[in-house]
Amino acid sequence: MKKQVLTFRVNGDEYEILIHPKTLLADAIREHVGLTGTKRGCDTVSCGACTVMVNGMSVKSCSVLAIQCEGMDITTVEGLEENGKLSPIQRAFLDNGSYQCGFCTPGMLMSSTAFLNEMGDKKPSEEEIRESIEGNICRCTGYNSIVRAIDAVAQGKYKEE
Amino acid sequence: MINDFQYLKPASLKEALAMYAEHDDCKVICGGQSLLIVLRQGMLAPEYLVDIKHVNELKYIKFDEKDGLRIGATTTHREVEKSDIIAKKYPALVAMEQKLASIQTRNWGTIGGNLAHADPAGDLAPVLIALNAEIKFGNVDGEKTVPLDEFFVDYFETQMGHGDLVLEAHVPAPEPKSGCAYQKFNLLDSEMGIVAAAASVVLNADGTCKNARIVLGNAGPTPLRVTKAEDLLKGKKLDDKLFTEAGQIASEEAQPVADIHASEEHRRHVLGVLTKRMLKKAFEQAQKAA
Repeated sequence: MKKQVLTFRVNGDEYEILIHPKTLLADAIREHVGLTGTKRGCDTVSCGACTVMVNGMSVKSCSVLAIQCEGMDITTVEGLEENGKLSPIQRAFLDNGSYQCGFCTPGMLMSSTAFLNEMGDKKPSEEEIRESIEGNICRCTGYNSIVRAIDAVAQGKYKEE
Repeated sequence: MINDFQYLKPASLKEALAMYAEHDDCKVICGGQSLLIVLRQGMLAPEYLVDIKHVNELKYIKFDEKDGLRIGATTTHREVEKSDIIAKKYPALVAMEQKLASIQTRNWGTIGGNLAHADPAGDLAPVLIALNAEIKFGNVDGEKTVPLDEFFVDYFETQMGHGDLVLEAHVPAPEPKSGCAYQKFNLLDSEMGIVAAAASVVLNADGTCKNARIVLGNAGPTPLRVTKAEDLLKGKKLDDKLFTEAGQIASEEAQPVADIHASEEHRRHVLGVLTKRMLKKAFEQAQKAA
C-alpha cells in the first residue's frame, strides 16, 4: 500500500514524514520522529501511557491515526521543558516523588498538563484532579503522590517569580 | 496489527458520501475510538477508509427552545460535555459524558461514531433514547430520520446500510416537569457498564406520571427499552413501591447474557436496582423542575 506524506509539528518543530496511512500516532512519534518518551503500554486504549496533546487536547496516541493529524500541533513529554528548564508539573512530580517505575509518567504528565492548562487560575478539587488522570493507569499504584503534585501546581506553588 | 488500507480524505460531506458509495469494501473513520480497536483486532480489514474527522459541516451543537437540541455527527464527546446549553437543558447528557471512557477518548471520539458503532454497552444511546431522541442518517441519494430506539437492530448493527453515514442526533426540547438520570454499574467509571439504566419521567400538572422511558444498557443485543415497566408508571402517582415494581419488571424484560464480568442472574438483579434508582432520581428532578 502506498505511503503518504504527513506534515505536522511536534513540540514546535516541523516534520514531514512518509508513513503508511495505518500508522498510529504513537508509532509516528516514536519511530518516525524518533521521540521515545511517549510509551506504548496496553495498545487497547486503556492505560494512557501513550497520552500526548494534539492541538492542546490530550489524546491516546495509540488510538489515533497519525495521518489524521495533518497540519496539527503535537506536544509530547519531551516538549514540556522550556530552554532546558523542567515545566512546573515536572518539577512537582520530582518534589513529590510521583515516580515509581516511571512507565506511566509521560502519560500522567501530559494528562495533568492538559488539565492544568484547562483550569487556568481555577483551583480544582481533589476529585477533579483524580478525574483528570482517570484515563491513566499507574500499576505501581502511586496515585496519591501524583495527585499531590498536580495539586501543588494548581495551588500556584510552582508559579514563576 | 492493522491491515493496509487506502486512505481517502474527502473535502466535504458530499464528497465523503460519494466515496463511501463508490467503494464496496470501505469503512468510515472519524475519531476512530471504536473502529481502531476493531481494526487492530483484525475483525475488520477494509480496503478503503474514508476519513471524515475534518468534515466541519457535521460539527455543531444547536439548541432552540421549540426545536430542541441538534448535535452534528462529528461533534466530540468532550464538546457535548463542555457545552453550557446542554448542561443547562439536558444535565443527564453531561453527567453521562463525564463518565464515558476517559478524557483522552472523549477529546477525539465523536457522537456519530459512537452511535454508528452500536455497542449495546455504549453510554450515549440509553440517555438519548430516554430523552426521546431521533437520529438522522443519509447517503448519496438522501436522508432518513428514525427514532433512536428503532435505529439499533442487533449487536453492532443498525438500520444503516452500506453508504449510510450518521448525520445528526436530535433531542426534543425538554418538557415542563421532566427529569432524566443515567447510571452504569462497573468497577471503574472509565469502563463500559457491566449493565446500565437510563430513565426519564415527565409529570402532569397534577403530579401524576405523563410519560416515562426506561432504557437498559448492556442488557441485550441493543440498547433496550423496557416498555412494560414504562407502561406500569403512566398515569399513576409515582412512589417508591412503583419504582421497585418497575425495576422488577425491567429485570424480567432484560435480555442479558453471562460473561466474565457477571452472570445473567447478577445482571438482572442489578438492572432492577438501577432502574428503581434512576426512576426515583428522574422523578425527583421532575418534581423540582419548572
